[in-house]
Amino acid sequence: MSRVKSWVTYLQVAPLALVFLLFLIVPIATIVVVSFFDYNTTQIIPAFLLQNYEELLLSPVTWRTYQQTIQFALITWALTLGIGFTVAYFVAFHVRSPTMQTVLFLICTIPFWTSNVIRMISWIPFLGRHGLANTTLINLGLINEPLEFLLYSDFSVVLAYVHLYTLFMVVPIFNSMMRIDRSLLEAARDAGASGWQTLVNVILPLCKPGIAIGSIFVVTIVMGDFVTVRMMSGGLSASVGLMMANAMSLLQYPAAAANAVILLLLVLFIVAAMMRLVDIRKEL
Amino acid sequence: MAKQPDIELVSLTKRYGETVAVDSIGLRIPAGSYCCLLGPSGCGKTTTLRMIAGHEEASEGDIILGSENITGLPPAARGTAMMFQSYALFPHLDCTDNVAFSLKMRGIDKETRRARAVEMLKRVHMEAYAGRLPAQLSGGQQQRVALARALITDPQVLLLDEPLSALDPFLRIRMREELKSLQTRLGISFIHVTHSQDEAMALADLVVVMNGGRIEQAAPPREVFNRPASAFVAKFIGGHNVLPAAVARAGAGGGPFVAIRADRLSVQPGTSGEAGVTSLQGVARSVEYLGSTVQVGIDVTGLETLSATLSEARFDASPVRPGEPVTLSWKPEDVHVLGR
Repeated sequence: MSRVKSWVTYLQVAPLALVFLLFLIVPIATIVVVSFFDYNTTQIIPAFLLQNYEELLLSPVTWRTYQQTIQFALITWALTLGIGFTVAYFVAFHVRSPTMQTVLFLICTIPFWTSNVIRMISWIPFLGRHGLANTTLINLGLINEPLEFLLYSDFSVVLAYVHLYTLFMVVPIFNSMMRIDRSLLEAARDAGASGWQTLVNVILPLCKPGIAIGSIFVVTIVMGDFVTVRMMSGGLSASVGLMMANAMSLLQYPAAAANAVILLLLVLFIVAAMMRLVDIRKEL
Repeated sequence: MAKQPDIELVSLTKRYGETVAVDSIGLRIPAGSYCCLLGPSGCGKTTTLRMIAGHEEASEGDIILGSENITGLPPAARGTAMMFQSYALFPHLDCTDNVAFSLKMRGIDKETRRARAVEMLKRVHMEAYAGRLPAQLSGGQQQRVALARALITDPQVLLLDEPLSALDPFLRIRMREELKSLQTRLGISFIHVTHSQDEAMALADLVVVMNGGRIEQAAPPREVFNRPASAFVAKFIGGHNVLPAAVARAGAGGGPFVAIRADRLSVQPGTSGEAGVTSLQGVARSVEYLGSTVQVGIDVTGLETLSATLSEARFDASPVRPGEPVTLSWKPEDVHVLGR
């Protein structure tokens, strides 16, 4: 066997390296570069200024928006984790037949058969002032006035997030659960563990990698989102993504780029923190 | 030490829908004995063990431990502990926490339970590995930890589900000795499921041979080997030739088959003598040299292949080669009439 010449090896990694370079490194580098540019109402002026970052970080609006975005992410994370874990637990441990498991799993993915936007919009006639939810509650005599908080509120934003992204929690947690050797549960029972003790002492620790992967999905998606916030809050709530979209619609690209860099650093920090807590490699 | 209880199974039955996995078995295991449930896969031995452990619900019948009926009790309340086939150690806990698990479930504080776990690890010579995760241990070490985990609850009966099957042959024999000496030291009953007759012979005080959900024979190993109760037992434990009673001209009593131990047959080359009352003529089919013994396979028209185990010296005195005609003979007292 002869040693492969070194240039052949380089050739072999070249395609993927090129793809990464063109579609990942170059765009992010461009954003970083543009974030230092100057701009006025009509054009972008190449420069090296810290002004974009200064304006961004010194504005109380930025801090409030980040706070709200993080709040959305946290609430959504907690809810998707709770629901996702429960659904995964049910399908993995309570449903005995593999066929039924597959069927239920497919049912979980049904919402994904249509686009995000349609799924969001379909909440509007349901939650609106004269929507299905309010009409039903009034007809049942439970309330006299329509509930205003149902639509165009933080509530509706979080509701849409949970609806859209719970599956991202279900899948990795379900995967983790299916890898748990069933005899471990019997061993726990043999040692006198109750159902709850087995859950806390055996299942939960063994699902940590799945929880971490699901959390990374949900948190990164919610942190970068702007469509959901815009649609479901009717423009009443803000998010970092929305802030950037607004800056771009005013052609303030360097300002949006600076914001994007800050957001990217924040999300990377969050993901790094999660990876520190849980070793997800054994799941991949 | 308090008097350990006997275990008694009374018409114990397990059905899965239409299939009967365990068919109304009755068995008494005296206190402090090493009992092996032996049989081919699907014979119901594991199901029986799991019913005793409480991991499988009995469809009918009772399990009595001492004077208590434990049939309906949860696993941890029975006074039994189970060691699982793949050991089922918790992969996220180190050896100490694995062993201390059941103490933790009872709400015993961390200091106490870890101290007791380390003590138990010492008894299986694993204290040096107390901080390791199961994945960092060899098969034999994992088994010791699993043993320690099962024993920390001071069970009256230890249930072992094919405990040696995951080990390589060398280790299997070593762990086999350790299991036996542990059982002798603790003085509690061990119920050990296996499909290996060697294992059962080497370990058991009481061998329970099972087939098709029923007990074929429950007896000490010597009795099982010398007086197999049925053709199935004789074939399954090996070392026997099962012949139709008519061929061996056995007495009228008993069933249609007889068994003759392979080491009680003698093999002579040629077909010189008449085929007599205690001999058969056939053709040597195979000759295997096994060290201290030689195994000769013989084809006899109309019968399954017979086998004779000869000492090296006896074989050398009158050697045969594959393909040669041979005469098999035995003493009348070596014919064991099978019950069924």
